[in-house]
Amino acid sequence: MSGHTVPADFSEHMLDLDEDEDLEVFTKNTSLPDGSPLPNSPSSMVNQYRLEDDDEGKEDANTKDIFVTVDHPESQVTAIETFILYRVVTRTTRSDFDSSEYEVRRRYQDFVWLRSKLEEKHPTLIVHPLPEKFVMKGMVERFNDDFIETRRRALHRFLNKISEHPILSYSQHFQVFLTAQDLAPHRKQGPGFLSRMGETVRAVANSVRGLRSRPEEFAVMQEYVDDFSNKMCCMDKVTQRIVKEQREYVDELKQYSPTYARWGELEEELTEPLKGVASCVVQCSKEAEEHIQHLSEVLVPALHEYVLCAETLKAVMRRRDNIQAEFEAKNEALLTRKAEQEALQEEVDVLADRMEQANNSLKGDWARWQHSMTSDLRSAFISAAEKNVDYYEKCLAVWESFLVSQRADASGGQEDVA
Amino acid sequence: MADSVSSEEVAVISNTDITSTESENNIINTMVERGTALLRKLEINVAEAEKRTGKNTVNMQETYTVYLIEIRPAETEGGTPAAPDTLWRRYSEFELLRTYLLVTYPYIIIPPLPEKRAEFVWHKLSADNLDPDFVERRRVGLENFLLRVASHPVLSNDKIFFLFLTEEKGWRDAVLETGFQDKADSRLKSLSAMFRVKNPDKRFTALKQYSDELNSVISQLLRIRARVADRLYGVYKVHGNYGRVFSEWSAIEKEMGDGLQSAGHHMDTYAASIDDILEEEEHFADQLKEYLFYTDAVRSVCRKHELIQYELEMAAQDLAQKKQQKEELATGTVRIFSLKGMTSKLFGQESPEQKESRLAALEQSIQEGEETVKEKNTECQEFVRAAWDDIEHFKEQKDKDLREALISYAIMQISMCKKGIQVWSNAKECFSKM
Repeated sequence: MSGHTVPADFSEHMLDLDEDEDLEVFTKNTSLPDGSPLPNSPSSMVNQYRLEDDDEGKEDANTKDIFVTVDHPESQVTAIETFILYRVVTRTTRSDFDSSEYEVRRRYQDFVWLRSKLEEKHPTLIVHPLPEKFVMKGMVERFNDDFIETRRRALHRFLNKISEHPILSYSQHFQVFLTAQDLAPHRKQGPGFLSRMGETVRAVANSVRGLRSRPEEFAVMQEYVDDFSNKMCCMDKVTQRIVKEQREYVDELKQYSPTYARWGELEEELTEPLKGVASCVVQCSKEAEEHIQHLSEVLVPALHEYVLCAETLKAVMRRRDNIQAEFEAKNEALLTRKAEQEALQEEVDVLADRMEQANNSLKGDWARWQHSMTSDLRSAFISAAEKNVDYYEKCLAVWESFLVSQRADASGGQEDVA
Repeated sequence: MADSVSSEEVAVISNTDITSTESENNIINTMVERGTALLRKLEINVAEAEKRTGKNTVNMQETYTVYLIEIRPAETEGGTPAAPDTLWRRYSEFELLRTYLLVTYPYIIIPPLPEKRAEFVWHKLSADNLDPDFVERRRVGLENFLLRVASHPVLSNDKIFFLFLTEEKGWRDAVLETGFQDKADSRLKSLSAMFRVKNPDKRFTALKQYSDELNSVISQLLRIRARVADRLYGVYKVHGNYGRVFSEWSAIEKEMGDGLQSAGHHMDTYAASIDDILEEEEHFADQLKEYLFYTDAVRSVCRKHELIQYELEMAAQDLAQKKQQKEELATGTVRIFSLKGMTSKLFGQESPEQKESRLAALEQSIQEGEETVKEKNTECQEFVRAAWDDIEHFKEQKDKDLREALISYAIMQISMCKKGIQVWSNAKECFSKM
């Protein structure tokens, strides 16, 4: 390696003092007894990480000082390409923002830029994933309405996750992303493609050399990450399968009502109950379709998001491993080579520091991430369960009213509504 | 034809006054007139089914199922129920009984037997005749058949039917002795022949059309049901995968572990519940199938009427021709070309004696013809009268039965929804605790 290599951690090159301070303070951080990180970034964070289940929304409303929305996707056509621009609106009371309200237009690539900047700066923090660039399922039209809407929602979640993160939400890049009318000049600054290439090469080289040994807690974490990734993929698959089966069920169910109606026309005495059944089936089909819609909008994206999160976690673990590997390599050089002891010692110290920072960042962020994951998935599952109950309750009502109408017609007062 | 029964009170054994739990146990949706002589005396059950092996007519080993018919005298107030008389019958014997009834009472809509082979099957359901679920449903269907016949104002008085219920060994001979086979063969031949009736009875035409359309609509309904059942089965069973994944996932989580684990159990319960749900729905399908097969019986009555009508028309036509011939012979004019006329022209007039004898023969023939027409006319009129009596009876029965079937279908749907609400409420609670 030449003396002028660009190190993996670019924090030194960012002259924003605030951020450095953040990092330093964060490095010295020790966790609270319950495992959550000490909120030591701007004071408003103090209340943000209680692990009790009470009113999270209310809390956030009290302590959250930045609100971001992504909406109004619009197609942009240029000579070279077509793409979608999303409107990003920010409302904030933070002092480091010049204004309290911003409105900018961003395209998917801009989000990708933001995320890569955040990851560069904080290699072992868990940065929420973006929706995928492409969807595999044979989507012909890239700008199909459903696709755009799904992506918009995911982008919205992404920015919200960033804004809720105690470190990332204070990132300079994040602020620029939210406020600059034109992002282009900012995107040209800083380490770009080549430096990332360098990092990748080094990462590969390190992984080939292998890690001496992973500290116990990270070994446990790695195991968890692998298992979690498996489980999320399974959950994702199962849920998509359920949606598929339900769609096919509804398609078949819809065949009932024209047949019952046709039969009703054939009969005299039976016409009324037959038409009743036909109408019940129509209503139940509608409820089933609504149910499928809800699944597609709530549970499927939530699970898919955490499939992507699992990949993020794997990348974070890899980067942490690399940082440790680099330190170990340099340390070994220090021990074996007799010349350049002083210079090597300095480098080793830098790398040791960097490793400690990286490990602490990850440890700190890990608990936050777990809590966030639990909360997200819990609410997605609850919502799905509620919708199921709602679906069955509505269908129940449909059939019960049919029964009532039939029993009212039947002779005598045989009232035994089931 | 048997005398009509005196109008007794009608006891309706149907689902109107039964709670949903009871309706699950109640198999019979038949409108049973307690007034028929037979049912006043007897209670009839098809209690069991058993597998037997034996040699068949071509001396090959075969496995078949026999069904136990139990007869007990109808319960009297305060009396202890007597031990039942029992005998075993196999499906082919039921078929023989039914064929006999079809031939002997052509103007009656004979109740159908349960299907010979499983049709409208959805994937999980076995199409195997020896499958225990199929056998069980067939047992119920056979009992239903016997009760329908026993409660029919005309059929319940039939001697052969009574023997079917009481004489295990000698019954087959008794049936064959009635000679119904000959009538069956000739009727069958005529029925399959193509013939056109000149003045079709509009009521029967309308009935046949209704019957055909009903057949078509019920078939379609049964096909759709099978596909829907397949799909619903898929939906429920896939949720079983949630059970498995939740369980595995709970092992790696600390906070979420318990909640996931217990939610997983509820997912397993949900997935398992579809089996019972579809089992119940099978009963609804069987009720539809009964009326699907009834349409064949209705069609058969219509065809038989057509045949009688046709025979009447043929007899009348034949008589008219003969009368025409007589007139020509008597007056010597040939209005209609006839071979006899031509030959007499060619080979000379016949002698007055010949003419007399021919006239006499024709006269005789005409008289016979008139007798035949009269008979056919009476036969036709009586057929129509008896048939429409039965058709009205059938219509009432059908409306009542099918209405009850639709109601019990709704009850089933409600039960399914309640189960769903229960399971997902439980699951939600588990999730809330995560």
